[in-house]
Amino acid sequence: MIRYALIAVALSFLVFFLILPLVTVFSQALSKGLRAYLVVFADSDTISAIRLTLITVAVAVPLNTLFGIIAAWAIAKFEFRGKMVLITLIDLPFSVSPVISGLVFILIFGSQGLLGPWLSAHHLKIVYAVPGIALVTTFVTLPFVARELIPLMQEQGTEEEEAALVLGATGLQTFFRVTLPNIKWGLLYGVILCNARAMGEFGAVSVVSGHIRGLTNTVPLHVEILYNEYNFVGAFAVASLLAFLALVTLALKSVVEWKSERSGRRMTGVREEATDGH
Amino acid sequence: MGIEVRNITKRFGEFTALDNVSLRVPKGDLVALLGPSGCGKTTLLRIIAGLENADEGRVLFDGEDATHHRVQERRVGFVFQHYALFRHMTVFENVAFGLRVKPKRFRPSEQEIKDRVQELLGLVHLEWLADQYPSQLSGGQRQRVALSRALAVEPKVLLLDEPFGALDAQVRKSLRRWLRRLHDEIHVTSVFVTHDQEEALEVADRVVIMKDGTVVQSGTPVEVYEQPATAFVYKFLGNVNHFPGTISEGKAHVGNMAFDLPAEAQGQTASIYVRPHEMILDHSPFGDRCFRASVRHINPAGPYVKVELITDWGESVDVEISREEYQRLNLTRDAEVYASPRETKIYLEQG
Repeated sequence: MIRYALIAVALSFLVFFLILPLVTVFSQALSKGLRAYLVVFADSDTISAIRLTLITVAVAVPLNTLFGIIAAWAIAKFEFRGKMVLITLIDLPFSVSPVISGLVFILIFGSQGLLGPWLSAHHLKIVYAVPGIALVTTFVTLPFVARELIPLMQEQGTEEEEAALVLGATGLQTFFRVTLPNIKWGLLYGVILCNARAMGEFGAVSVVSGHIRGLTNTVPLHVEILYNEYNFVGAFAVASLLAFLALVTLALKSVVEWKSERSGRRMTGVREEATDGH
Repeated sequence: MGIEVRNITKRFGEFTALDNVSLRVPKGDLVALLGPSGCGKTTLLRIIAGLENADEGRVLFDGEDATHHRVQERRVGFVFQHYALFRHMTVFENVAFGLRVKPKRFRPSEQEIKDRVQELLGLVHLEWLADQYPSQLSGGQRQRVALSRALAVEPKVLLLDEPFGALDAQVRKSLRRWLRRLHDEIHVTSVFVTHDQEEALEVADRVVIMKDGTVVQSGTPVEVYEQPATAFVYKFLGNVNHFPGTISEGKAHVGNMAFDLPAEAQGQTASIYVRPHEMILDHSPFGDRCFRASVRHINPAGPYVKVELITDWGESVDVEISREEYQRLNLTRDAEVYASPRETKIYLEQG
């Protein structure tokens, strides 16, 4: 009895908080028909918002992938002073409200900010421009890859790398032939999450963007503007794009999880694998 | 290739892992580094390999200073305690790794690699597992793959860290015989680390016994077993009974027994050690050195009968006697017996 009650509660909770909004997004977006829906995507402001979001992702995701690998490598494979501080710092963007993160960047790069006079003297614009948006997005999504890799690399230890070195491999050979193959699924998982968050980030971006139509609006900001203008079909149509991307991310994430679990099982040595398929 | 280690010192923070250690491994020998955990034996092995740098001292390969050679240049084969096989590669690719990462001009052709790997897997009798992944192998098989991977690059020295540590007793026994035979076949200078004295004494040409970061004794298995340099070595190489004794009139006394002191030794207190199988039991007093005790426990399972005695002064003493002896004595629990050490080792200590 309790079992069914619990399942019922969990299910209705899910329906109310996840399925219902998702359905609403798509039904509202298509409420005036497919034509009205598609027209939104022909709008130049929408197109530039999508373009800006893609640019932001193209900056933030590779940067954080690189940083994540380097930080996880350092933390997992070496002993050094201040390691705990580094681990805590990596978590900082998770613990700080995105709005605060955005404000911090205004305080640093804004015209009244620390670097403001120097930047304006050199005609460099960061806040209320594309670089600022890319910067805060990178900051907010910084932990994803590193957080994913650190426990994985710590668990795997350094013996395999040492074995490769003793066998004559160079540092780079060791990384590409031993380390990277061992972390690839965890890495991919981190990149997917990082990508999802980079596309969807609202708070921090909203603070530094300045909401200049066609110039500094990302997809989430564009949704808000359309909604505030009572253009519900437009707002929900653009929102449906984000929702669709979320579903794709979810699917990719499951595939990667399934793959990494399988390879994890192969790697940690569950013997069942020995009997099937070989 | 012979290895020489000169005055190596290694510290980890406050802890001194190796304290001025010197060691010589003659070319072609199989040497065991034996000691309790934390004695520095693995650190020494890793320093020889180049995986760790010594704070002081030098490592020489065939008389040539290799202290500052990088691990890749040392041409050593290293077998890790937990094998460290590349988990995402098949057995074949694991063994081929050392050949594939060679600089282009030294790298063998694909066909040569294939032949070499097959030959190595043949050496360890695992050709049939070439396409399997490490996780699909048993512990003993992984160990042999790790060994053939290390041999693939034709190392001048083979270093093994607790090679049988993670295996169960049966596999362990057969693998160490196999390692001995393999060494007799290929004659590569080898050093292995172990905490198991039986393993060291059975497999090695020479045994180096370490304690607290120093070498206490080294020699052939017979030498160290028959002439242990210190009480530590004696205790470490097998079960012992320890009788603390007092010294007076040039003799060591335990209860009513008196023992001659070793000629050259100096000290105020004496420790008398007797191996369990060097004890003789009887129902009545015999010889000029015996003591009374009562039987606390008897374990007749196994090739010897193990008897635990309690002396009149409250010490427990382990005794191993043959089955015939056990039947002759007809021992029972709480029975009173007289015991005498046949062979003793006496070490004197200051203070």
